[in-house]
Amino acid sequence: MRITQGTFSYLPELTDEEIALQVAYVLDQGWPCSIEFTDDPHPRNSYWEMWGLPMFDLKDPAGVLLEVNECRKAYPGHYIRLNAYDARYGRQTTALSFIVQRPAEEPGFRLERTEASDRRVQYTTHPYALDRPQGDRYAR
Amino acid sequence: MSGGRWSAGVIPYAEMGYWRPDYQPKDSDILAAFRITPQPGVPPEEAGAAVAGESSTATWTVVWTDRLTSYENYQAKCYRVEPVPGQEGQFIAYIAYDLDLFEEGSIANLTSSIIGNVFGFKALKALRLEDMRIPTHYVKTFQGPAHGIVMEREYLGKFGRPLLGATVKPKLGLSARNYGRVVYEALRGGLDFTKDDENINSQPFMRWRDRFLYCMEGVNRAQAATGEIKGHYLNVTAATMEDMYERAEFAKELGSVIVMIDLTIGYTAIQSMAKWARRNGVILHLHRAGHSTYTRQKNHGVSFRVIAKWMRLAGVDHIHAGTVVGKLEGDPHSVAGFYDTLRLDRIEADPVKGLYFDQEWASLPGTMPVASGGIHAGQMHQLLDLLGEDVILQFGGGTIGHPMGIAAGAAANRVALEAMIKARNEGRDFAQEGPDILRAAAKHSRELDVALSTWGDITFNYESTDTPDVVDTPVSL
Amino acid sequence: MTETGSARVGFGMRPGGAAAAAEEEAAVVETLPPDASIDLAEERAESHVDEVLDALDRELVGLVPVKTRIREIAALLLVDRMRARFGIDSGRPNLHMCFTGSPGTGKTTVAVRLAELLHRLGYVRRGHLVSVTRDDLVGQYVGHTAPKTKEVLKRAMGGVLFIDEAYYLYRAENERDYGQEAIEILLQVMENQRDDLVVVLAGYKDRMDSFFSSNPGMSSRIAHHIDFPDYAADELEAIGTMMMEREGYKLDPAAEPVFRDYVERRRAQPRFANARSVRNAIERARLRHANRLLDAGGAVDLAALTTLAADDFLGSRVFGPRP
Repeated sequence: MRITQGTFSYLPELTDEEIALQVAYVLDQGWPCSIEFTDDPHPRNSYWEMWGLPMFDLKDPAGVLLEVNECRKAYPGHYIRLNAYDARYGRQTTALSFIVQRPAEEPGFRLERTEASDRRVQYTTHPYALDRPQGDRYAR
Repeated sequence: MSGGRWSAGVIPYAEMGYWRPDYQPKDSDILAAFRITPQPGVPPEEAGAAVAGESSTATWTVVWTDRLTSYENYQAKCYRVEPVPGQEGQFIAYIAYDLDLFEEGSIANLTSSIIGNVFGFKALKALRLEDMRIPTHYVKTFQGPAHGIVMEREYLGKFGRPLLGATVKPKLGLSARNYGRVVYEALRGGLDFTKDDENINSQPFMRWRDRFLYCMEGVNRAQAATGEIKGHYLNVTAATMEDMYERAEFAKELGSVIVMIDLTIGYTAIQSMAKWARRNGVILHLHRAGHSTYTRQKNHGVSFRVIAKWMRLAGVDHIHAGTVVGKLEGDPHSVAGFYDTLRLDRIEADPVKGLYFDQEWASLPGTMPVASGGIHAGQMHQLLDLLGEDVILQFGGGTIGHPMGIAAGAAANRVALEAMIKARNEGRDFAQEGPDILRAAAKHSRELDVALSTWGDITFNYESTDTPDVVDTPVSL
Repeated sequence: MTETGSARVGFGMRPGGAAAAAEEEAAVVETLPPDASIDLAEERAESHVDEVLDALDRELVGLVPVKTRIREIAALLLVDRMRARFGIDSGRPNLHMCFTGSPGTGKTTVAVRLAELLHRLGYVRRGHLVSVTRDDLVGQYVGHTAPKTKEVLKRAMGGVLFIDEAYYLYRAENERDYGQEAIEILLQVMENQRDDLVVVLAGYKDRMDSFFSSNPGMSSRIAHHIDFPDYAADELEAIGTMMMEREGYKLDPAAEPVFRDYVERRRAQPRFANARSVRNAIERARLRHANRLLDAGGAVDLAALTTLAADDFLGSRVFGPRP
């Protein structure tokens, strides 16, 4: 399966050049970038691990790409995403977020059903990866 | 009182203090712009004063009991009347209402005053409420959108692109089990939301509880298949408030992120549901069923920009606001005005967009506009160009009618959207190069390729009826 | 489902405008044939480098050797671009530089213009200047320096990183100084990411020389050494006149010899900082000028408001204690 979180999951994986173009757009808007990684891609896992602090005051994508590649080197088997933040008044939230690395194999999710009375079902989405301990969840 | 043809109904409102050309509106006044078409022989100032009078303190004749009140305070004041360029016999009357005339936080009360009796008034051939300025003092008495655009995006974890939806088709007749299949396929294929239609409530062919159960099975299956948060607007519209609460509570128990209501349930019910939605953390979608009966004609009724303002105050998170390019009425400039009204925090008067007043929303969250009706993947560049990023694009037929199936239709829309956002961010002139961008994206997506060859050349080019008066309206894009 | 739009009838559907049939055109820049020729003047005008060089001439008095070097570098880069059009790959030239000279000799101003120049010629993508000193690069504790230096490097990418008094990065007396770590990271980026930024080291000549002798790795990565000479007295006078003009002042003719005398005396004193000292002298003269006007009271005219008199300079310490 392929997790389709993020803005560009239905396109072929972006090359570094294509990522740099997106980052250039982000920097032109005055948005800082940040990099996050995880081995728990549950859709409600809001807090992926931060790869350093958000990068403020950058002018050129090269600096962001440098960190993307450092993060890839350190976590070759994790999901990595690149975020941009819009701090404008009335906005103050993420402006763009897309995946820049995924594990070689994505096992996906199991849907657990708990049957209750009068045909009601409680659903739980369980990432298969979580059956293994943190840090040991994906092939590298 | 003066004689003449209208002696039975018309008293000189202007002389009674409802025409005040010297009046300086206060910051706390509620302002309204009415398009008036007086009967022959009625001077426009008198007609404007009459509208002010009939929408505030006046009745058809002088009453001595007025003198027991500080009536000058409560009189609405028509402070300006100007002819409409190019429309003979039509005038825009600007009227100021004191804040004291209205109950805090009540759309019902606001509308009972301003559009209560006056629209049937005989001295006018036609009357249309074009726009309102809601002062910050009054804005702050409303809850506003239960979540708003920013919170909704954070809740769904979806950023940097419009959201995608589709209404389950056919509108009527599917059994609950078949209905849920459409939900599952469309969401699995790549849409963020699916939607009940406005008239799907609880009919003999599918009762609401069954629909909710099957839809949530579809939603949860799609969520597990994609790792994305998905939603289906479960329409809780019903005959009574008690029924609506019951349905909404059940939707919440099943874990739905969103419920839906129709405009036909009335302003009070909408405000009740907005409070319920905030209390329960469920997004509230509003379908504007019925609005065209009073928003479409240019000389009579209520402009949709006013409805949009009321609904943002009332507290809905989503509202259908036009597509420009689709099958339903929508002049591009007017629609831009609706979208601004829903999304921006501060809006400046702009005659080109039909906006008569500055409007300050004082941090009231934005309402997400929804574009729905006769749109397809081949128009993605136009949609993004005209409607921007904070919008939900709903492709009902454009998803479900895909020759390769519903999931393929959904994927085609998602690929087209992501390719267009990517191209825009790369600095390409996507509005011009749109067809090329789509064709290039279709090289790695058979779903999009088939969608483009199925619908690529369909447009709906008709002249709009509801247009601003200051510009020539383009009839095609 | 394969019908075309024009064949359809029914509710609301009309065929749209003819879909543009343009095929995708890959933007491939063709290599020029060997017998082609390029219009040098046109190429030069298109790059707009002359605007930058002219601005440099206007803003900075004197500095002829510096301006000549910058012109030479611009010429080299322009010619390299034309060679590339014929398919000659001469590789990206090494552009890291060292500016040596006393304070106030225009090093930062030249660096700003250099960044702009490199941007116009396409050698840096954004053309901004990030100016730092040791404190911006070197941390206070273990593990602090690397992120700090990287942070600065990332901000400078796409432009020029200007490190003032770069020799403070290296402290011979302390082997475990964190400055060494910053130098190593700098070297790595200067070598591997030449496309992403240009580094300019600046400082006094003698101290830079000893810095390079202790850091041969750094020395070998600097291609251009540019020396900024101290200004002569008449150049400093011209600078002063220019500064006053820019701020809407002029010198009373009677004050001209006094100002000249001031510059001569100040040059001989310690901590002289060339143009910067002239600027400070003018700032203090403005103070005295304002005080003088208020003390005199009465009416003032435009001339009085804009003219600096001899007394405004004679009040300075360089003329010894006032009588």
